Amino acid sequence: MTKQIERVGIPVVHACSIVPISKTVGANRIVRTVAIPHPFGDPDKSPEEEKKMRKELVKKALMALATPVDQQTVF
Amino acid sequence: MACKYRVIYCLNQFFGGLGGEDKAYQPPQLIDGARGPGILLEKLFPDIQVAATLIVGDNYVAEKTEAAIREIIALLAPLFEAEGVDEPHLLLAGPAFNAGRYGIACGAICRAVREGFAIPAVTAMYPQNPAVEEYRKDVLIARAGEDVMGMEDAVRSMAVLGIKQLSGAELFPDRDGYISHGRRKNYFAEKTGAVRAVDMLLKKLAGKPFTTEYAMPVFDRVQPAPPVHDMSSARLALVTSGGIVPRGNPDRIEAASASRFGVYSIQGVSAFSAGTHQTAHGGYDPTFANADPNRVLPLDVVRELESEGAFGSLHGSYYATVGNGTSVANAEKYGHEIAKLLLADGVQAVILTST
Repeated sequence: MTKQIERVGIPVVHACSIVPISKTVGANRIVRTVAIPHPFGDPDKSPEEEKKMRKELVKKALMALATPVDQQTVF
Repeated sequence: MACKYRVIYCLNQFFGGLGGEDKAYQPPQLIDGARGPGILLEKLFPDIQVAATLIVGDNYVAEKTEAAIREIIALLAPLFEAEGVDEPHLLLAGPAFNAGRYGIACGAICRAVREGFAIPAVTAMYPQNPAVEEYRKDVLIARAGEDVMGMEDAVRSMAVLGIKQLSGAELFPDRDGYISHGRRKNYFAEKTGAVRAVDMLLKKLAGKPFTTEYAMPVFDRVQPAPPVHDMSSARLALVTSGGIVPRGNPDRIEAASASRFGVYSIQGVSAFSAGTHQTAHGGYDPTFANADPNRVLPLDVVRELESEGAFGSLHGSYYATVGNGTSVANAEKYGHEIAKLLLADGVQAVILTST
């Protein structure tokens, strides 16, 4: 899906927990997330800490979208 | 020269010498002896004799395949059933190279002849010929080049494969140069899988060549899109393969092998919650996602960042499917359809989340 969207010229950041799969399917901007059942969360953290971490991950994703890349890049 | 193998050779109107597109609706006809590539075949293999050549138009077979095949089988039947005939040993069709209609004809004829007359039937195609997907599982398709430049190699490969199959020898796609049927065969190996895997790993570490026993599918690549120039004015959209859907899963997106994706409004929604959204995804423990769907699709913090001006605006809908056992072909289809919607709505950047 990342590739088909990127094919029309819209940059996509793939946020996922299994980076090798993302690389295999061909995402170009990749942000590694926390874990398969909760990529943007961590139930072991307090709700405040969890949300803070989630926000940092989204900020990183936005940064990736604003960064030029010429090959598959893990941010 | 002693003839060991009697062959029926199938060609389209072009290679059969009848004409071009003007003869593409030519009904099947059977002629004695060799034509075109069949002449080359007899030259390359002196112990092969082309007993008959079947010629049929590309469109005639491709448009009404079933009816055309019935007609072809009826036409060929006397070669097998008449009193006192020397039955053909083998049928060869093509090579079809990268020609789709010709590929369909060759594949369909080979399949029908093998089933109907119980003789080996071999064709040859370029691996990306659109007919390959349809016939590769039950037809022996030698790998051919893209166009007629590969004629001699392809004719040779077809004949070798056919003769080898007649001899009853076991065939393997890599060694024998045909397109894999996608079957796995059990066999007794000298070393266990563990030993073979470690051998491969050692070779890999030493930078030496090795051959995998289970090749992964080849995935295509796309050029990275240029970055967003001005994030503060960019329109952002959220997409997920993590199965986040409105509570109750209104589109009934399947937990595995999803047959669709959903488009869901988030206009005026500041965050997902356990009461409004859930995951439809199988294959992972949904407890954490169901308790707080923002853990899979982080709408809550995306909204905060929107109000802080970290990007321009969030698109009014998000797009969701389930990435559990979903085929590459389907994922491509959904991605393509989502891309069209995003483009039409002026979206400039996408965060796609996966579990």
